[in-house]
Amino acid sequence: MYIAPEKTQTTPRASGASRRELIVGAALVGGSLLVGCSPADIMGSGAPKTDFGAFGPFIKIDADGAVTVMNKHQEMGQGNHAGLSAIVAEEMDADWSTVKVKQSAANAKVYANSLMGLQGTGGSTAIANSWMQLRNAGATARAMFVQAAANVWKVPAAEITVKDGVVSHPSGKSAHFGDLLAEAAKVTPPTSVKLKDPKDFTLIGSDRVRRKDSLAKSTGQAQYTQDVYLPDMLTAVVAHAPRFGGKVTSFDATAALKVPGVVDVFAIATGVAVVGNGVHAARKGRDALKVEWDNAKAETRSSAEMLADYQKIARGELTPSDDKWASFTAKGDAAGQFDGSDVLHATYDFPYLAHATMEPMNCVAQVDGSKCKLTYGAQGHSLDQMAAATVVLNLPGAIEIETLFAGGSFGRRSSWDSDYVVEAVQIAKHVGKFRPVKLVWTREDDMTAGHYRPMAHHAVAVKVGKDGYPAAWRHRVVIQSFAKASPIMASMMVKNNVDATTVEGASGSPYLAATPIVDAQVFTPHNPVSTLWWRSVGATHTAPVMEHTIDQLAARAKIDPVDYRRELYRRAGPAGARHLAVLNLAVEKAGWGKLEDGWTRGVAVHESFGTVVANVCEAKIIDGEPRVRKVTVAVDCGIAIARDQIAAQMEGGTCYGLSAALFGQVTLDKGRPQQTNFDTYRVLRQNEAPQVETWVLPSANPPSGVGEPGTPVIMASLPNALFAATGKPVSSFPLVKA
Amino acid sequence: MAIELEINGVKRQVAAEADTPLLWVLRDELHMTGTKYGCGIAQCGACTVHLDGQPIRSCQTPVGTIGAAKITTIEGLGGAHPLQTTWVKHDVPQCGYCQSGQIMSAAALLAATPKPTDADIDAAMSGNLCRCGAYQRIRAAIKDASGELAVNAKA
Repeated sequence: MYIAPEKTQTTPRASGASRRELIVGAALVGGSLLVGCSPADIMGSGAPKTDFGAFGPFIKIDADGAVTVMNKHQEMGQGNHAGLSAIVAEEMDADWSTVKVKQSAANAKVYANSLMGLQGTGGSTAIANSWMQLRNAGATARAMFVQAAANVWKVPAAEITVKDGVVSHPSGKSAHFGDLLAEAAKVTPPTSVKLKDPKDFTLIGSDRVRRKDSLAKSTGQAQYTQDVYLPDMLTAVVAHAPRFGGKVTSFDATAALKVPGVVDVFAIATGVAVVGNGVHAARKGRDALKVEWDNAKAETRSSAEMLADYQKIARGELTPSDDKWASFTAKGDAAGQFDGSDVLHATYDFPYLAHATMEPMNCVAQVDGSKCKLTYGAQGHSLDQMAAATVVLNLPGAIEIETLFAGGSFGRRSSWDSDYVVEAVQIAKHVGKFRPVKLVWTREDDMTAGHYRPMAHHAVAVKVGKDGYPAAWRHRVVIQSFAKASPIMASMMVKNNVDATTVEGASGSPYLAATPIVDAQVFTPHNPVSTLWWRSVGATHTAPVMEHTIDQLAARAKIDPVDYRRELYRRAGPAGARHLAVLNLAVEKAGWGKLEDGWTRGVAVHESFGTVVANVCEAKIIDGEPRVRKVTVAVDCGIAIARDQIAAQMEGGTCYGLSAALFGQVTLDKGRPQQTNFDTYRVLRQNEAPQVETWVLPSANPPSGVGEPGTPVIMASLPNALFAATGKPVSSFPLVKA
Repeated sequence: MAIELEINGVKRQVAAEADTPLLWVLRDELHMTGTKYGCGIAQCGACTVHLDGQPIRSCQTPVGTIGAAKITTIEGLGGAHPLQTTWVKHDVPQCGYCQSGQIMSAAALLAATPKPTDADIDAAMSGNLCRCGAYQRIRAAIKDASGELAVNAKA
């Protein structure tokens, strides 16, 4: 649920979104040699010429006047079908009840994410980057219908009004968009249009903005990659190396080829592909396959050994030669500040996390020579086009993508190496003749294939001033960098040896802004385990670290944790203004102070991707495990477009973060992932899910995203609630040990 | 081998090995795609269908063991089932991939227990994972369909 705004306020934004820059960097991977070209030009090169029609690439109008909005982004659950189409409908004054949404083609020249420079969905940017683009598209189409009516009725355009897809004149003349379609299509689109004053919005922010896909998704009719069945299609599974960095030495396909329904077995770069008629046959074929693996370059340590190394690195007892310490925030003279008894020391350990989307990774590919079509839940369109183009030797824009619904992503479907897409293209290339091949990853493939949220260790030392507040803050982060995993990406995405995704949320923290002396550094050891952004990225570890450290500082100073934060936000100035506002709203709505029967409250506030979220959770240890019964969320995401979907993302983001905080971990034993399916990778279930109540802070700022920012906050407020109960700080995740 | 199955009231002939899970017969043989693959080991519930009205995990049900039992899938609910109506009313789905299984588990629950308590819902629905975390809306939609709106329904 949400609360209607009582008043509108504008407060300054503190920080930008580092991930956007990173993905721009990724876009330039292929273009770094092409001076003078934009990433979108490069990624779009080879795209077929397309006539988008009179109303441009984002709007199609049927003969009956019904409006279809073309969504350049992936709808993977986050509700952008609703929000993006509402932006168009608002400015166009279309009939919302008949507005439809379709996935656009992949074409970076037309459908680039303006915050990335290429086509892709991530960083909670779908609404933010489309806001002005779709308002302008809607207003332009509206102006064309107004001019068409003026031409037909021979009245001044200024006297014409539009409502719910009906164009009217005070004389009594009126017509539906459909009636005026032919005439409107002849009108030259105006070069500039007047946009609505947000106070005049009638659809945006209203209860009418609901999902467009709920019926299809409640009847089994929504189509996902797994549901694609094309004539003559084959199904492929891949035997992957059991350890990261492992390679195929040799394989014996004799038994596999005897399995009924198996049609081919062959090596690809990442393993051995088994191709058959359907999943069951292909899996049985893979079970019968014998593969020898070369582990010479594979990771063979356990994750416990790796973490012990991280801790040694943070303490200065070990300095691997593959990286150097890099400063991400520094001010004042930190020398000698952290030796006394007035220093709080805290350390935190974070495991690898799998995304564990409900639909495992998959992709349908067709290849004939350099011709390639992909049908799947594409999220990183341009990067995948580039990767596929490299396999079939074509221009990126020539790779055709038909985008389907994705059964969850949480970052996983847009990977920097397009891992599963490349596998599908390699297999389809081997099969050839444009014959469709559906690559299916089993749950076990999905969970053991890496691209995890990186394991991390933080060591924090805070010198406490006489007033109880931080006087000096030393911070050491040890974590893998996925940007640095690829030399070309590293050259584009890493500044001063800092991969911003490894420290975002610590860098830019209002608490560091409020502290006079700061020495914050990061070290990124390399290993073959692949890692990736995971819903809210750096905030998955920086939010718990910053927020739990604050609660420990507040306890040491004997100051209430809410009051302690308020004071720090005041000291932080503009960097803390929006934090203060959501904190106050969350605490007001949740209540604060003692609860009955052993329940305790915890609070946390964190900004990610331009959105600031505060939450207050109510927790208790029951039967040896923490339980959360209620979470009150306050969110500042600028102008609220789809209010109920903001609430849905806070509910879902909270469950996703809670699941990870309680149970999430992938551990390695001699390099092999120990969690292979939902029996060993425990996730939150219905009986463990809290009630989440969402309050949206009124704002006149442009909208920012909500897909990710709800997730990290519960990972911090829950430890704080447990600390309030026990006085024992949390120092490692997950909270429930396997 | 040739196997006859009764699915959503219609007799279907399929050619499949007897050990093939019902899930893959529904999907790869019959292209009935509403029933989803999520884990393959009966841990996530995405593949839930009814066998003679009882919710079962089709990924762990060899097609050779079904015999004359009547199979009902999400397609068999018809689209206007009270749960499908409340699922839409509460905008329950996010990615939507788990929702066929959620609804099939909930439909079996309501058939047996028309007015489920929170404890009933926990017991019947905790085998169905939703990684998007739509759990509170699932609960609210079940209660709404049972004629009893969830006290704390926020949707």
